Amino acid sequence: MAETQVLVKKVATPISFGKKERALITDPLNDNNPITVQVLGICSALAVTTGMKNAAVMAVAVVFVCVGSNVITSALRKAIPSQVRMIVQLVIIATLVTVVELTLKAYAFESYKQLSVFIGLIITNCIVMGRLEAFAMANRPYESALDGLGNGIGYGIILLIVAFFRELLGKGELFGMKLIGAGDIYAINTETSDIFGWYVSNGLMVQFPSAMFVIAVLIWAHRAWNPKLVDIS
Amino acid sequence: MHSTRSIVIFVLIMTTVVSLLLAFLSSAWAERSKDNALLYAKKATLGAVSQHLEMDYASINNEQVSDIFKNQVEQKVLRMDGTALTKEEVEELGYTGGQAENVDILKEMKKPEAERVLPLFIYKKKSGDKFYILSAAGKGLWDVIWGCVALESDLRTLAGVSFDHAAETPGLGAEIKDNKTWVKQFTGTKIYDEQGNYTSVYVRKGGAKDPDYEVDGISGATITANGVSEMLKRGLKYYEPYLKSI
Repeated sequence: MAETQVLVKKVATPISFGKKERALITDPLNDNNPITVQVLGICSALAVTTGMKNAAVMAVAVVFVCVGSNVITSALRKAIPSQVRMIVQLVIIATLVTVVELTLKAYAFESYKQLSVFIGLIITNCIVMGRLEAFAMANRPYESALDGLGNGIGYGIILLIVAFFRELLGKGELFGMKLIGAGDIYAINTETSDIFGWYVSNGLMVQFPSAMFVIAVLIWAHRAWNPKLVDIS
Repeated sequence: MHSTRSIVIFVLIMTTVVSLLLAFLSSAWAERSKDNALLYAKKATLGAVSQHLEMDYASINNEQVSDIFKNQVEQKVLRMDGTALTKEEVEELGYTGGQAENVDILKEMKKPEAERVLPLFIYKKKSGDKFYILSAAGKGLWDVIWGCVALESDLRTLAGVSFDHAAETPGLGAEIKDNKTWVKQFTGTKIYDEQGNYTSVYVRKGGAKDPDYEVDGISGATITANGVSEMLKRGLKYYEPYLKSI
């Protein structure tokens, strides 16, 4: 088989932090948010948003995996054989996720106990693999790191917003601290609070379907607020 | 296009590097993770006597858990006939450490009934009150459930329980661990009736009829709740020879 050589020489642009680089981070936070615009990563957004604490740990883990896998893939992009690139990407993600899991097990065992299944599921998080395939395979490690950071944070913010509503309305707490409403016998937290003492925790908010409602409302609010997202076709 | 040869080489190098890295991390932190798991289990054990601790269970830290275990908890490993095993005998069963805290109740429940060993913890309050903490395991809806049950010194009244599970549904079956009010119902129930006959504690769907021997079920988690009933009925019975002997 004849090997074809591409002789286009690219002039390496110096590493800087200009408008273009800033857009790599800010774009996924708003105009191109992985959850509310691209509707990726919904599965984990349903699963880990019952409490702010879990959502925060998950967000940090995803940012780490997103940045790490983007940088590694990007650094190896010329060496990765294109025929097996998906498998290589998967191995990189899986390795980083295992590292996260081992770290949690050694240093934050309670979070590990609560999240263990979902940490493993970062591997299947479409955002991570999507960024590798769409961005890291074609860009330098520096830009890829920014892109990973932006997408990880864009995902994490939505996770925290959803968790905020679910934990507050479902349990009357934030970060495990009782804030509003009376406890009721079948609610998870049965302490009572003086603020909005009449409010009975809504058990549905702790269940998975409520995440769908919250995300749907968020998408609507996001579109109403950002005219760029309105579909004009 | 890469040749097949270069692909194979790339993949071989990649898998070697990755497996070495993960193996290194895993073994470097193995000790730490094991300690964490043990401490977590100890804390769960103390959860059964949470209402009788000299401190607030909700804010207890790891040092306090270790301290209580060191100074106030006596550990025994029992045979099915109620006699205690020595430390060496327990280690021979594969439990390094040789104490009740090292015994894996889930592993024991897979053995033939006569060969099982049972962990027992005796928590002594500073005032001199003794609580006997028994362990049990069974199955919920999706996977195994297990828990600790504390008996008061009359050996028939429950002083508290703590349950855990591998994969019950959050908000439904997982309530056996998370719902403190539901768990508190067990306090004061009895596993022996007035005549000394074994009754266990039953989780009744629709509400407890006899508050001495029954607790309310959990809406939407009937199978997990039945699993709890079954686990208690079988698991606590195993301790009968020992309880009769003291």
